[in-house]
Amino acid sequence: MGKKQRGQAPPAAAPGPEEAESSTAPAPVVEPTPPKEVVYCGVCDWPVEYCEFGSTFTKCKEWLKAEHPELWDKYYSEDALAARLGTISLEAQSKLEKDTAKKEAKAEAKAEADMKKKMSSQVIIKRIERTKRKHVTVISGLDKFGVDLKKAAKQFASKFATGASVSKVTAGATDDEIVVQGDVCYEVLEMIEDGVGVLKGIPADNVEIVEDKKKKGGD
Amino acid sequence: MFKKFSTATDISGHTPVKSSVQRQLRAALLSQWRIEPETLESIWPKKEGLVHVKCREHISIYTVNGKPIFFQHFDGPLVPTLRLLHQYPYILPMVKIDRGAIRFMLAGANMMCPGLTSAGGWLPPAEEGLPAGTLVAVHAEGKEHAAGIGLCKLSTEDMKKINKNVGVETLAYLGDDLWSQKSL
Repeated sequence: MGKKQRGQAPPAAAPGPEEAESSTAPAPVVEPTPPKEVVYCGVCDWPVEYCEFGSTFTKCKEWLKAEHPELWDKYYSEDALAARLGTISLEAQSKLEKDTAKKEAKAEAKAEADMKKKMSSQVIIKRIERTKRKHVTVISGLDKFGVDLKKAAKQFASKFATGASVSKVTAGATDDEIVVQGDVCYEVLEMIEDGVGVLKGIPADNVEIVEDKKKKGGD
Repeated sequence: MFKKFSTATDISGHTPVKSSVQRQLRAALLSQWRIEPETLESIWPKKEGLVHVKCREHISIYTVNGKPIFFQHFDGPLVPTLRLLHQYPYILPMVKIDRGAIRFMLAGANMMCPGLTSAGGWLPPAEEGLPAGTLVAVHAEGKEHAAGIGLCKLSTEDMKKINKNVGVETLAYLGDDLWSQKSL
């Protein structure tokens, strides 16, 4: 009996694994093709090879050298540059270079002007009287600092447990104003200075409180 | 198509897409692009919802988890975003423009035939010729990544023969406003 069992067991075991193999073989798992990794320039957010056509080429090259030295070698080393002249004639190539240099200078000037405007723009907090004992606080100028107005309004509303809304001064452009019900101008100032939530990156001296009350009086 | 596009003014609504419509879109993507179902699954898993962002001029952008995957003008072909194309370069057939045309492409201009037929450009050979109205990835001479996505106005054979006027209409290019929007 033992022999019989032993005799039977191995033949039973042999077809077992064979069957298992043939049933899994025709159903292989297809792996999805993985995405290609692309290095985007930290300065201009284009694939690194296109930086030469952008307006911040010199900064892009510096960034690339610092972050990805192997790629810098690949694109900007001496032989790479020679090979890249490609099918354009020398004059066309130098003209292209001059054009991009001009574009770069223009873009730099524009960026500087923008920065200056940004620095000089201010956030103005006003307290306006609504009815005899009620006020509203108007905050304008947050837009220039890249603050999402709706989110900021919601934040104010939840912090102060009152209503807050965004109103547009001129139709079309969001010439922003957040209107908060109640007299909360000092608290708002604090919030901005602390940089809570979405209110990041607003330097303290760019914020101003303007009293817009008709009545003078102690508060 | 996305030369001037700002989230504040040009988007009219975000709506989730019905699953029946999602299935139709999935099937359309598999037929229009050269993509495997498994790869599409990794880009856009079945479980994830698709959000339809409506923009001005009947342009719809479809996003997964806030990331735009493809867009459509009217009921035209479904165009992948350029970022997606960079990650999976084989999903669209390729044409190449020569070096001189690159700066015009990056400014959003349409590609003229001579840019594709000259020494630096490349069009597929006659056996693999593309008919008019095909979506193509526009690569640039000497560059590894696509510079933009376009629609063939003429078949590639006609481009070689006629060699005049617009060859490929640019739908998306590097640095356009859709490129700057990493999430909607």
